[in-house]
Amino acid sequence: MSRDVAIPATTPAAAGTPPTTRPRSPHGRRQARAGWVFTAPALLLVLLFVGLPVVMAVWVSVSGWRGRGSPFASGVPFVGLDNYRTLLAGGGLATQDLGTALRNNSWYVVLVVPLQTVVALLLAVAVNRRTLRGRGFFRTAFYFPSVTSSVAIVVVFLFLFSASGAVNQVIGVLGIDGPNWFADPRGVLHVLLGGLGGGEAPGALAEHGFIGISWWEWLAGPSVAMSALIMLAVFTTSGTFMLLFLAGLQNISAEVEEAALVDGASSFQRLRYVTVPMLRPVLFTVLTLGLVGTWQVFDQIYAGTQGGPAKTTITPAYLSYTSSFVDQRWGQGAAIAFILFAIIVVLTLVQRAVLRGDRT
Amino acid sequence: MSRTAPDTVARSAPARRPARRLPVGGLVAYAVLVVLAVVYVFPFLIQVANAFKTDGDATADPLDLLPLPGTTAAFTTLFTQLDFPRAAMNSAVVAVAVTLGRVFFDCLAGYALARLPFRGRGLVFAGFVAVIAVPPVVLLIPKFLVLNQLGIYDSYAGMIVPLMADAGGVFIMKSFFESVPRSVEEASYLDGAGTFRTFWSIVLPMARPAVVTITILSFQASWNELSHFVVSRSSPDLNTLTTLVATLTSGGAFGQANQYPLKLAAAALMTIPVAVLFFVFQRQVMAGTEGAVKE
Repeated sequence: MSRDVAIPATTPAAAGTPPTTRPRSPHGRRQARAGWVFTAPALLLVLLFVGLPVVMAVWVSVSGWRGRGSPFASGVPFVGLDNYRTLLAGGGLATQDLGTALRNNSWYVVLVVPLQTVVALLLAVAVNRRTLRGRGFFRTAFYFPSVTSSVAIVVVFLFLFSASGAVNQVIGVLGIDGPNWFADPRGVLHVLLGGLGGGEAPGALAEHGFIGISWWEWLAGPSVAMSALIMLAVFTTSGTFMLLFLAGLQNISAEVEEAALVDGASSFQRLRYVTVPMLRPVLFTVLTLGLVGTWQVFDQIYAGTQGGPAKTTITPAYLSYTSSFVDQRWGQGAAIAFILFAIIVVLTLVQRAVLRGDRT
Repeated sequence: MSRTAPDTVARSAPARRPARRLPVGGLVAYAVLVVLAVVYVFPFLIQVANAFKTDGDATADPLDLLPLPGTTAAFTTLFTQLDFPRAAMNSAVVAVAVTLGRVFFDCLAGYALARLPFRGRGLVFAGFVAVIAVPPVVLLIPKFLVLNQLGIYDSYAGMIVPLMADAGGVFIMKSFFESVPRSVEEASYLDGAGTFRTFWSIVLPMARPAVVTITILSFQASWNELSHFVVSRSSPDLNTLTTLVATLTSGGAFGQANQYPLKLAAAALMTIPVAVLFFVFQRQVMAGTEGAVKE
């Protein structure tokens, strides 16, 4: 926006000041120059470490660069969309791995996003009550996991969910024989089906597939190991989102709540028909942040499971890293990053459309 | 899905306990809340307790919260056989440098975008907003490529400078500066002060709450950062706490042995700085996310 547009906006304030601050005075020109100088460092950093990387990665994703020398050297071949084709429709190991990663991450998103949202909302509503004793303590307790590093939390969870670990000892008291969480690649839905007497792959589901893995594998559910990571995610993010909901709750006036109370609404009815509708903007933010965040699981996999057991915890972000840094297939690694980017953008737009349409 | 959970909580509430002075629902809700708080706090207690055990005790009896007499063997190993102090120093250097850079540049840019009319301002602002939308994980490999190209891969510069790019912080500061009354600056300009002078000694001090918030958030984010240090360095000398502890968990340092007390001790130690910062500035941290708090 040009200076001429910006200045009228300042007139209400400028009107009260003496006429010395004329719009196109030396002062105005000095400010315009200062504007650029002030913005330059942040702008340069962003261009250099967000803009430029994206442009370079676009090239690498359509090149056959193998990690030696510069990707812009003359010997590096242009391969068009080959990397994308190999990944999405090649049918080889690369396709299988991407399919597995997308399967794993999809289940993670489908479970983490609703769970963390509901938990955060309930925590916020509970902690928001003015009569609650020890409000400060509860807020701190629920928020603290959000402050600590993902690496530290992963270490704790690896220990808690080890074969003879704390979690299995606690559920052992209830007579449940806990699994060896982080070593168990079985899909949770397959386990449940097995318990119901199913368990064998129906022919149709096993024979057909999508992105290199069969429908039967797509429907396996998150592995037991991934389930532990799902709990970890809910544990660490619910506190942050609780704070966002709390901020929204502060804006609901006490009168509205009281009116509902006087009308005889139960606490569930108040939550469903008063609180949640009024929290709609915050809910939108929380769902968007949740969706974007859960598609980017990397730390927990890198520091925790390295994709195991049996690749059931590899995610696109982690696969993109290993394809490049470990297997030296940089083109594929960059292509995976863009596929992930596309997924996030498309899903965010879909979610927007759905939540918008839901409003009326 | 979002309907069922509150439903069950609310319905199961009246059935359980006899009423005393508090309404029944209130009591049960309180009990549920206490149980939840225990679930949230317990992992950290277990972490600290088991850091003071031997490998065997930690594996056999992880739930014992008072390991008496206890052993500090895990901590000794961290400081003598692993380069924990060096990693801690690297983490501190990087986090402090990144924080200083971020806060200063965020404030400058935020102020310019809020107050200084210049040609292209709208475009620049739109650029920052677009950058916020780029998922950081997508940039992992690309960032490595740029660092390599610039010749700062595997150096402090490569670890620090890219993390200073922080469009989100610019956005926060811009919103805050827009709420500062304009009359303050105009008086300063009338007194003949320049733009930087006015920004630095008049407007910035008024932005203290926002500055404190982004300072804490920046420190926390760079102290806890892992993925950037995975792709911006490779030599062990440049390990930060996050990358060092990550190598411990992936079995790099001591082969296949469990070594849980060692890992838990390292994880507990690396949590201390952010925990202290959080408890000291709790109000600002939570209010920063929460907006105005009514007490």
